Amino acid sequence: MTTDLTFQLDGEDIAFTPGQTIMQAAKAAGVYIPHLCWHPDFAPHGSCKLCTVKANGRFASSCTLEAQAGMSVENRSGELDDKRRTLLQMLFVEGNHFCPSCEKSGNCTLQATAYELKMMSPHFDMFYPDRPVDASHPDILLDFNRCIMCSLCVTASREVDGKNVFAMGGRGILGRRIHINSESGKLGDTDFALTDRAAHICPVGVILEKRKGFAVPIGERRYDKAPINEQVKEPLKEAAP
Amino acid sequence: MNAPMNAAPVTAKKLKVATTSLAGCFGCHMSFLDIDERILKLLELVEFDRSPITDIKHCGPCDLGLIEGGLCNAENVHVLREFRKNCKILVAVGACAINGGLPAQRNHLDLRDILEEVYQTEYLLGRAGIPNDPELPLPLNKVHPIHEVVKVDYFLPGCPPPADAFWKLLTDLLAGRTPTLGHGLMHYD
Repeated sequence: MTTDLTFQLDGEDIAFTPGQTIMQAAKAAGVYIPHLCWHPDFAPHGSCKLCTVKANGRFASSCTLEAQAGMSVENRSGELDDKRRTLLQMLFVEGNHFCPSCEKSGNCTLQATAYELKMMSPHFDMFYPDRPVDASHPDILLDFNRCIMCSLCVTASREVDGKNVFAMGGRGILGRRIHINSESGKLGDTDFALTDRAAHICPVGVILEKRKGFAVPIGERRYDKAPINEQVKEPLKEAAP
Repeated sequence: MNAPMNAAPVTAKKLKVATTSLAGCFGCHMSFLDIDERILKLLELVEFDRSPITDIKHCGPCDLGLIEGGLCNAENVHVLREFRKNCKILVAVGACAINGGLPAQRNHLDLRDILEEVYQTEYLLGRAGIPNDPELPLPLNKVHPIHEVVKVDYFLPGCPPPADAFWKLLTDLLAGRTPTLGHGLMHYD
């Protein structure tokens, strides 16, 4: 189908098909809108707010807002990137994000987004929350210190794997966390497997394959090679099941 | 990149720079020294005050202070305040100064439990008792990044920051520019 439907994104014409969100159309056009909880294979969640744009002057999540012909959308303005950086800083101080000791460093969406938005410091006081790891599964380690509550693992496990291994629970900054749906609350007591989609969906370093550390050296990883805004069209390289 | 260094008159008054490592591993200082022969160019423009390079013990009025490492004991806090009092521009250098880094991995453990395990109970680690010499600075309950205690003007992330990132920061500052790091120079690992 040919389309002459377009909207303006930072002054650039972006084509879209009816029903597409601003995020979907921008990705198809190779234009980067910062985001964390959105994944092209799943319904938008609209919770991280990194993808907030100004559509016709109003703040809106670009992953949930349908594109309309003639719409004027502001994306990478100083004002919006300042707010996005503040959101990132809050995520960094609420968890324990120690990149030098993280296997996901260099392949991490949170880290790459922070580079892109020039996050030089956490700015706020650190929380240093106590979040024990779960090493009960024979093949997979869960390091909740790095969880940003994007809930992609919840969605992938439920919708693709048909297993419902993960759930969001609790309240408040320190209370809310990912729960494991087993009687013991341990991953080792679920039917979670390395071949599950959910085992490879985590944008940060929570869900990690055991015995596979540092196969690619630091400095040669995905976002070491090129910044995230230059890799919009490339598919996410999730490990093959 | 070298233009501001070459353009500066040789007779200009040298800027004073102080550096220190608090709860760090001196890895950032080692990476700083990896600017290699560029340090000779640097020395035409700056002179070092308090620093492991000079072994001067206290810093006087300085133009620039580079702080490696976070705060894990009372002495770290005193040194940091001395730097902030004396330095016009203070830079947090490396992961530990910026978010606590590796030493902050102890933050979810109780300090007494750690000391008892290391000095009293753990087999093969020695049982001499927890050191309490008055010369030893008291550990803080938790390790903190330096921006929680003093105002920090600029941040140089990395574990360690690459030598080229040090060079970019210093040449930008010496040229009177706001320091910026592009892709490849800015990383957290």
